[in-house]
Amino acid sequence: MPKRTDIQSVLVIGSGPIVIGQAAEFDYSGTQACRVLKAEGLRVVLVNSNPATIMTDPEIADATYVEPITPEFVEKIIAKERPDALLPTLGGQTALNTAISLHENGVLAKYGVELIGAKPEAIHKGEDRDQFKAVVEEVRRKIGHGESARSVICHSMDDVLKGVETLGGYPVVVRPSFTMGGAGSGFAHDEEELRRIAGQGLTLSPTTEVLLEESILGWKEYELELMRDKNDNVVVVCSIENFDPMGVHTGDSITVAPAMTLTDREYQILRDVGIAVIREVGVDTGGCNIQFAVNPEDGRVIVIEMNPRVSRSSALASKATGFPIAKIAAKLAVGYTLDEIPNDITQETPASFEPTLDYVVVKAPRFAFEKFPQADSTLTTTMKSVGEAMAIGRNFPEAFQKALRSLEKKGSQFAFTGEPGDKETLLREAVRPTDGRINTVMQAIRAGATPQEVFEYTKIDPWFVDQLFLIKEIADELAEAPELTRELLAEAKRHGFSDQQVAEIRGLREDVVREVRHALGVRPVYKTVDTCAAEFAAKTPYFYSSYDEESEVAPREKPAVIILGSGPNRIGQGIEFDYSCVHASFALSDAGYETVMVNCNPETVSTDYDTSDRLYFEPLTLEDVLEIVHAEQQAGPVAGVVVQLGGQTPLGLSQALKDNGVPIVGTSPEAIHAAEDRGAFGRVLAEAGLPAPKHGTATTFAEAKAIADEIGYPVLVRPSYVLGGRGMEIVYDETRLASYIAESTEISPSRPVLVDRFLDDAIEIDVDALYDGEELYLGGVMEHIEEAGIHSGDSACALPPITLGGFDIKRLRASTEAIAKGVGVRGLINIQFAMAGDILYVLEANPRASRTVPFTSKATAVPLAKAAARISLGATIAELRAEGLLPKDGDGGELPLDAPISVKEAVMPWSRFRDIHGRGVDTVLGPEMRSTGEVMGIDSVFGTAYAKSQAGAYGPLPTKGRAFISVANRDKRSMIFPARELVAHGFELLATSGTAEVLKRNGINATVVRKQSEGTGPNGERTIVQLIHDGEVDLIVNTPYGTGGRLDGYDIRTAAVARSVPCLTTVQALAAAVQGIDALNHGDVGVRSLQEHAEHLTAARD
Amino acid sequence: MTTSTRGAAKTPAVLVLEDGRTFRGRAYGAVGETFGEAVFSTGMTGYQETLTDPSYDRQIVVATAPQIGNTGWNDEDDESGRIWVSGYVVRDPARVPSNWRAKRSLDDELERQGVVGISGIDTRALTRHLRERGSMRAGIFSGEAVAPEAELLRRVQAQPHMKGASLYEEVATKEAYVVPAVGEKRFTVAAIDLGIKGMTPHRMAERGIEVHVLPATATADDVYAVEPDGVFFSNGPGDPATADGPVALMTAVLERRTPLFGICFGNQILGRALGFGTYKLKYGHRGINQPVQDRTTGKVEVTAHNHGFAVDAPLDKVSETKFGRAEVSHVCLNDDVVEGLQLLDQPAFSVQYHPEAAAGPHDAAYLFDRFVSLMEGQRA
Repeated sequence: MPKRTDIQSVLVIGSGPIVIGQAAEFDYSGTQACRVLKAEGLRVVLVNSNPATIMTDPEIADATYVEPITPEFVEKIIAKERPDALLPTLGGQTALNTAISLHENGVLAKYGVELIGAKPEAIHKGEDRDQFKAVVEEVRRKIGHGESARSVICHSMDDVLKGVETLGGYPVVVRPSFTMGGAGSGFAHDEEELRRIAGQGLTLSPTTEVLLEESILGWKEYELELMRDKNDNVVVVCSIENFDPMGVHTGDSITVAPAMTLTDREYQILRDVGIAVIREVGVDTGGCNIQFAVNPEDGRVIVIEMNPRVSRSSALASKATGFPIAKIAAKLAVGYTLDEIPNDITQETPASFEPTLDYVVVKAPRFAFEKFPQADSTLTTTMKSVGEAMAIGRNFPEAFQKALRSLEKKGSQFAFTGEPGDKETLLREAVRPTDGRINTVMQAIRAGATPQEVFEYTKIDPWFVDQLFLIKEIADELAEAPELTRELLAEAKRHGFSDQQVAEIRGLREDVVREVRHALGVRPVYKTVDTCAAEFAAKTPYFYSSYDEESEVAPREKPAVIILGSGPNRIGQGIEFDYSCVHASFALSDAGYETVMVNCNPETVSTDYDTSDRLYFEPLTLEDVLEIVHAEQQAGPVAGVVVQLGGQTPLGLSQALKDNGVPIVGTSPEAIHAAEDRGAFGRVLAEAGLPAPKHGTATTFAEAKAIADEIGYPVLVRPSYVLGGRGMEIVYDETRLASYIAESTEISPSRPVLVDRFLDDAIEIDVDALYDGEELYLGGVMEHIEEAGIHSGDSACALPPITLGGFDIKRLRASTEAIAKGVGVRGLINIQFAMAGDILYVLEANPRASRTVPFTSKATAVPLAKAAARISLGATIAELRAEGLLPKDGDGGELPLDAPISVKEAVMPWSRFRDIHGRGVDTVLGPEMRSTGEVMGIDSVFGTAYAKSQAGAYGPLPTKGRAFISVANRDKRSMIFPARELVAHGFELLATSGTAEVLKRNGINATVVRKQSEGTGPNGERTIVQLIHDGEVDLIVNTPYGTGGRLDGYDIRTAAVARSVPCLTTVQALAAAVQGIDALNHGDVGVRSLQEHAEHLTAARD
Repeated sequence: MTTSTRGAAKTPAVLVLEDGRTFRGRAYGAVGETFGEAVFSTGMTGYQETLTDPSYDRQIVVATAPQIGNTGWNDEDDESGRIWVSGYVVRDPARVPSNWRAKRSLDDELERQGVVGISGIDTRALTRHLRERGSMRAGIFSGEAVAPEAELLRRVQAQPHMKGASLYEEVATKEAYVVPAVGEKRFTVAAIDLGIKGMTPHRMAERGIEVHVLPATATADDVYAVEPDGVFFSNGPGDPATADGPVALMTAVLERRTPLFGICFGNQILGRALGFGTYKLKYGHRGINQPVQDRTTGKVEVTAHNHGFAVDAPLDKVSETKFGRAEVSHVCLNDDVVEGLQLLDQPAFSVQYHPEAAAGPHDAAYLFDRFVSLMEGQRA
């Protein structure tokens, strides 16, 4: 028996909330792993606090714990479930660190749990800088290749300053040990920068350790993905070359697979070094990723680092090659060897080979600097991107241009019209790596830069530089040709030009170019990703488009449903939408359809070739989608295209698709318009007799002022047609209104500014519902913890609502039904309400799957996205109830009284961003969404659920210690009761003078501490900021006044982020936290699996 | 600086397969006409080694990797004195090379050596065709060689087949030469050149072996004149069924029980010397990612392959031969093709693939050590 027989149950740790550096790729890996282990007959126990994941779907594991991933909670789960083994290598750094803690604190030994996949010694050897350096030295001794950058390990600022001298001066690289995604690392060019970066690094590192390194800026950067089995068979799954040379975090680089500019001799050296490293480190089974820098002058190879686990790059490598690393890692962990595992795609050859590619893959990062205007946009060794797109083509230019348009961001595609600007200026600008540097490089080329100049300024490899010139030359040919010939157009398409780019260059409309192209017979074919360059027949339809001769799309008979995914993750459109698409695919497949997924995000479960019957790894633009629809219509019947589950991306395509004759299923494009267009939606509300906050639209300051004067300040202002509250702001006075209008660049008659009355002190409510034209199924009602005005994506919320009564639910249900009916929804709708006084205002409605669908589905144990997909294709709610997909009766609005309470909390990326002076960015919540992910806390009472959500998002709430309170005047009244509670729980209160005074008058003692602005006192009394930095504050409550600009309390909040002290910025959060602290102080907090919750809920429903 | 380098390589070219399928593209390398057996190679690196590998004699090689020529051409990575492929098929040739060792572009080198190629065709469609229909005769035509398709097809069909082709003599050295041991000399090996790659004697030299490379026509007397501790039979092109001379020579070596090692063609010669048959694979193994299992240890190695023929030996049992018991020592896990043979009663073994690995992974380098052990064992 190849499989180990001594393991009957395995605990898998997920990666928790989506954060920068640790995103959906771990859901993809973890889901694969859980499925494999379950299929092997093992009992799979899973812990992951992130509800928006497929892996936490109750059918993926046997016992699914949506609980905080902290050693404390995982120990509780181990004690309850008693697994034989723990697999820590599939949940990113979070899982690895948690597993190491449990090993070190003896929990694993106590309960007899074996770590499989990687042993603690191997994890340390791979991750600890000192130990890894020794590994590399040993490798060099054995095989004669590979070395580390010269470096010094430092544990204090003194060490750091001395270290620079040892290395021979600046610049140096600073890398803190044991942090995720390179957090806290950077380049220091002088002592000031060094003190700042190394200071933070020492703090961030759990072992107070940073590494100083010689600079290898500008070298070529490569990655290898390797796998090893228990018989010491090792394969290299994929090589990846970074387009951006050393100096930019690989997560922020444009990367290419396979490596493009290595001879075989050089590649084999990297391979030999990689294999020797994995052996030396002792990763006994599973995957690892190794990064190299190669000196372009002489080929000197430096081994930068390794991850002894499945990583972001391994997800990318899996998608790039068709070799499912996580799945195979899971099989290796339970005892199989590579030669015993069949290659999924060929089904006849084994996994003990190295994939070979007959195409080129390009990954491009997606950034969100527009959300953090204060943040420094220079790319460094700290990862800052929030998502990525991958594209496949038959050559580099094709894949590259497809990747750029997949980013779906204004200006991401190369532009070849207009004045490029001054060559020198552009070249100098291109020296600094930024989001969009590549476009600057292209403009420099257009402005006359030579290949040599581009290389000198950017150090981008000359081969890549030439590819940019090739693209530019084709653009020139397009511009200069007397007419668009078949040959010219085919040549442009072969090099990845979109119809839109061709149109721009030729001064035509995009649809005209498309018509011409079709008339000339220039259409893409679809090739298969098959791991073997066509050496063996592929059984798995994983396609990409290319302008080549032969298409490999096979005919089919069953009707197909094409599901459009959500593209690269970004703030406001993340994994939640992928979750819904994946569910739709599963549900429609069960219902007898052939499912076809279209997406370009390599991190996701939707782009796992196992998820749907067919996968098209393609950009989500009108052109690309139309071609896929055409190809599938040629292959067989197409029942329709699903646009309402992938967020704003597919929704934005729906009207144009319909205009091109594509059948859209579910809510019609016209209905979508009725919900999105202010005027149309206003009429829907008016007909239903539902109030909305007073509002108006303006294109000038005068108009905006007139509206604001009429409806009264504060007003909520925002540009129209945006997602995630982009540019949204609460304006308290006329001065700010004037400056807001002046700063907004995108205002035009077709894109006016919306001015709404801002409902101060309102309770915000989110509703997810299904509507089939006849019946409404209220999926769930979420009550926000923060007041209205904080973006719903950034706000914590509770389900069932904790303060709303049966009457309120009734009203919500009636309003929801009226809107769903009025708009014409067939499927999901999400509505945001605000309860102010006793009036229920409608804020907005989105006729699509919302961010909260996975949360609602998990909290109520009802698969809403699956039901929505079925309704889109004609099923009724009554039928779905009869089938058992929806509960027989009742809905998510009328949960039993003892139903568990679920709390969703948003996770913010503050610690990732710094301004150009290196200071942290402010952490105040506002109407613009900035969170990257979310966690869920679930328990029988609100306090515990809230405490769990905090533990999952930011670390446990303190149960005693010192709490610092400083609140804005408007919050002083509501602070008193929670403050008294804190004292009752034994907290010592610190406060600034104003807040302390109010507390004292109410009989609560608080120690007055100095504000930052007051500076250190005459007797050396420290300011609050110093106290926070010195680790003497356990909880911070700081509510700011107003928004915009640099707010009062900025230093306090950024210090809290730097020191990871829980920081509450609203009084509502304080009230909730007090309930949480209360729950933690009263008895033991337990853990319960989703399956147990569901059983309980189903029993209560019956 | 808007001068375009494009347009220079726009000479039309056409690839014609013997079954009549054609692919139209652009000339690459030399302009003219060429013929050979169309085969595909799946390596993503190592085109310089591939092109100069004598085993590719009379073959038109299709690179499945789409971007070729990125690292140009250097003075160190040749596996022999010249390019041997008769034609080269690529999708997207590099316009400029980029590598610190590059001396010129691949395009220039192909042209300099008169190698006719074609670019810009759907190489994946061609590969799938060859996979389904098998390797077949083909021709590439560009410039003045282009004629009506029927005429080109006639020219292709007039070419000899690979099956039955005896090619090793045309690629092998005419004169014997010596590759000195690196460091202290420990052994002498007579290496029969049937199309030997430069890396093979180098791998032996690294292990203290002085390698006497002898022409394919060498006799047993020539071999034993160098007083070898071991005899090596190299890789080479063509149908092993035609290689009666080398089979007779190997038989003589086996009779004297001299330690023997064979690679690729050498493996097929050993197969024939032991009385096994050889046969032509439908489309061969050509790539650097092939999983081979060493059946003596169970370990899997990722290996470089270039063979269109294979040995027909039983996988499931030890065979009795005139040199005692023989077994299949290595097997390709993709398709169970015999990848290695060993004698159990005397010091001789061979592999069908390329442990010298140029291009390719170094996983199988231990086989050279195994050869050294055999020679050590013989001495003891």
